[in-house]
Amino acid sequence: MSKPKVGFYWCASCGGCEESVVDLAEAILDVTAAVDFVFFPVAMDFKRSDVEAMADGAMAACMINGAIRSSEQRAMAKLLRRKAQILIAYGACSHQGGIPGLANLFDRQSILQTVYRDTPSTVNPGDIRPEASTRIPHGEVELPVLDEQVKSLDQVVPVDYYIPGCAPPVQLLKDALAAILTGRLPPKGSVLAPDKALCEQCPRAPSKPDNLLIDQFKRPHLERIDPEKCLLAQGFLCLGPATRGGCGWACINANMPCTGCLGPVSRTRDYGGAAMSALASLVNSNDEAQIAAMLETIVDPAGTFYRYGLPASLLFARAGANADKGGHEP
Amino acid sequence: MSSNVTLPVAKEFEPRIVAFFCNWCTYTAGDLAGAARLAYAPNMRVIRLMCSGRVDPEFVLAALRQGADGVLIGGCHPGDCHYREGNYKCLRRFQLLCKFLRQMGVEEQRVRLEWIAASEGDKVQKIANEMTAQLKLLGPLRLQITPRVNGRPRAAECPPAPTKGVAP
Ligand code: SF4
Ligand code: SF4
Ligand code: FES
Repeated sequence: MSKPKVGFYWCASCGGCEESVVDLAEAILDVTAAVDFVFFPVAMDFKRSDVEAMADGAMAACMINGAIRSSEQRAMAKLLRRKAQILIAYGACSHQGGIPGLANLFDRQSILQTVYRDTPSTVNPGDIRPEASTRIPHGEVELPVLDEQVKSLDQVVPVDYYIPGCAPPVQLLKDALAAILTGRLPPKGSVLAPDKALCEQCPRAPSKPDNLLIDQFKRPHLERIDPEKCLLAQGFLCLGPATRGGCGWACINANMPCTGCLGPVSRTRDYGGAAMSALASLVNSNDEAQIAAMLETIVDPAGTFYRYGLPASLLFARAGANADKGGHEP
Repeated sequence: MSSNVTLPVAKEFEPRIVAFFCNWCTYTAGDLAGAARLAYAPNMRVIRLMCSGRVDPEFVLAALRQGADGVLIGGCHPGDCHYREGNYKCLRRFQLLCKFLRQMGVEEQRVRLEWIAASEGDKVQKIANEMTAQLKLLGPLRLQITPRVNGRPRAAECPPAPTKGVAP
């Protein structure tokens, strides 16, 4: 029997998700023994035409990492959706929009202006911008078009499963591969990680008081961090109460607060809203002015509470003059 | 254009306000306003909660997403919360949420927190009218349309918003 075919593709991402595959270390040999990679542009020489030549559903599974923000990425997502029986959103960007999703705080026009005109290192006297197509002596050349907003993969094509994390923890990838190979997969739409908050069973949880109150939110690069005590109890913004567990407390064990890369548990409908609710209620004051002062150290709530998931949030993107449609896509 | 065609008169924008009122003070005040026949702008839809401490930032975000142009949270005055601390928790969450909403381009006047005691029916009237007037000036909240998720309108608990600008 031939081995199941698997693909791995990247869209708007940093390459860290590919790194997590490399982090399989020796286990990668078991993987390649069990499956055939038929598309993996970062590591192997396959072309888009190879995918186009496949029969629909030829791949048992395809994982896509990265957010979707260009015409090319949308087209690849649709193509791979057709060719794969199981499509998996791999990593925080594909799952929730990720760090690239913070671009939804700005509109496309101002992003292009910043990059092609305003940054100090930009030298572009002709104010040249990327064009969808350009005539050159050899003919017409085309470039992908940047979308108005960044989207998660499931906002573009139907997704079967999600492997969360920035980048996904190796154990989650191993478990997912085992589940695919044995066919023991949970209901479609599931996030392939435990559905429990990170705080549950955190090695530092015993030092987290039941009636925790915080006088001052501290910033980790400015203070000493006690390596034993619950980070939240020390005043660091640890998003463990709102975040899904499954990373093995990677950041906590490295003495850094959780920034929420695994996203919410299934009961949450807006990750940042839940995180703000949990954290703000701990502020140790009943006085309006004092509360404001205590919240001052949270300088960028969008970047703090929606760091990995603005596109998947209820508001999706910054409201603005060019957003005259409102509501939902029908 | 021929002169006998009458152009439709643009209807005035009627904002929609979702109000989360605590059962013990503000909702009672709303009842009192009704009993005293204090008429106020019909733009406000009241949702009764046991305490303002129950107002999760997610509720406010969901209301805005589902078509509210503004959200009013009403709770007992400081020191008067039936559950002692609920309104303080609400105040803390509200302040953080507001910081986030500013970043998202949602204007300050759209989301408001007011302490309204059971006896202050007139305050309910005043604030409902005031907020309606302010939102009329601001115009509809223009959120970006949310994409479908997995081919379905986003999250079943958020039905599509009806067309904006219709009279309530
Ligand atoms: S807040 Fe952070 S450090 Fe504290 S128990 Fe939760 S995950 Fe662990
Ligand atoms: S501790 Fe939080 S930020 Fe760090 S890997 Fe785990 S979920 Fe991600
Ligand atoms: S009971 Fe009214 S605010 Fe808590």
